[in-house]
Amino acid sequence: MNPATRVLTVSSHGTVELKIPGRAEWVAVARLAGAAVASRLRFSVDEIEDIKLAIAEACTNSIQAAGGVDAGTIEIVCDAAEDELRVTVRDSSTGPHLEPTEPGGLVEGRTEALGVFLIRALMDTVDYTTDPRRGTELVMTKRVSS
Amino acid sequence: MDIKVNVRESEGDAYVVDLTGEIDVYTSPKVKDAITELIDQEHYNLVINLEKVRYIDSTGLGVLIGGLKRVREHGGSVNLVCTNPQIKKIFDITGLVKIFGIFDDEQSAMKALV
Repeated sequence: MNPATRVLTVSSHGTVELKIPGRAEWVAVARLAGAAVASRLRFSVDEIEDIKLAIAEACTNSIQAAGGVDAGTIEIVCDAAEDELRVTVRDSSTGPHLEPTEPGGLVEGRTEALGVFLIRALMDTVDYTTDPRRGTELVMTKRVSS
Repeated sequence: MDIKVNVRESEGDAYVVDLTGEIDVYTSPKVKDAITELIDQEHYNLVINLEKVRYIDSTGLGVLIGGLKRVREHGGSVNLVCTNPQIKKIFDITGLVKIFGIFDDEQSAMKALV
C-alpha cells in the first residue's frame, strides 16, 4: 500500500481509571477526563456532552451523599469498547444516594433529585448498588448511536 | 473552571444577571449569592443571561429554581436568555422549559417579565 494512502487504525478499546478528592472543586477534572475518553469513541459532540454531564452528576451525588463537603476519594473508571462506554463511579458513602420519585418527570420545585434524573435521561443504562462495607457504586453505559 | 457573575440594573425595577463560564457544584454558590443578594434587596424581576454559559449541571438548575421560587413569592419573575442547544436540552429533559420563560435574546426576556 502506498504510504500516502495508508489509513491509520486506532483501537478505541481501553480502560482509564481516575481517583479524585471527593470535593466540589475536583468534579470538573472528572467530567473533562470522561469527555476525553468518550471522544476516543465515535460519539457525537452532543453524546460526549451527555457523558460529561452524567459523570459530573454522579460525582456531585457522591459529594452530596457525604453531606456536601468531603466524600473522601471518588473513583471513576471508564471502560471504552468499540461502540459503548461504561463508566463506573465509586465512593465510600453508604448513605442514601438520591433517586427521583417521578420517573416521567420532575415535580415543580423539587431539585434535590435532579442529578440522578439527568443521569437516567442521558445514559442508556444506569445501576446503583450500595454495599454497607464498601460504599456506593454507580455503573452507567452509553452506546454510540450511529 | 470558573463562573463570572455581572449584575446590572435594566429597565424599570428589573435586573440582569450576566453569567459567563461553567455552573457546577463548585461554582453555583457564587451564582446563588448574586441572586440571593438581589432578592434580599427586594428586586423581584430578574433576567438571567446564560448566553455565555458553556455548561450547567443540576446544582446550577437548583439555584435558578430556588431564585424563581423566591421571586414568585413576591409576585416577581425570572426569565432566562439561552441560545446554547446543549443547555436548552437540559431544560427540556428536566421539564424546566415549562417553569421558566426561556428566550433567545435579552430584549425579549425583558419584555416578557411580569
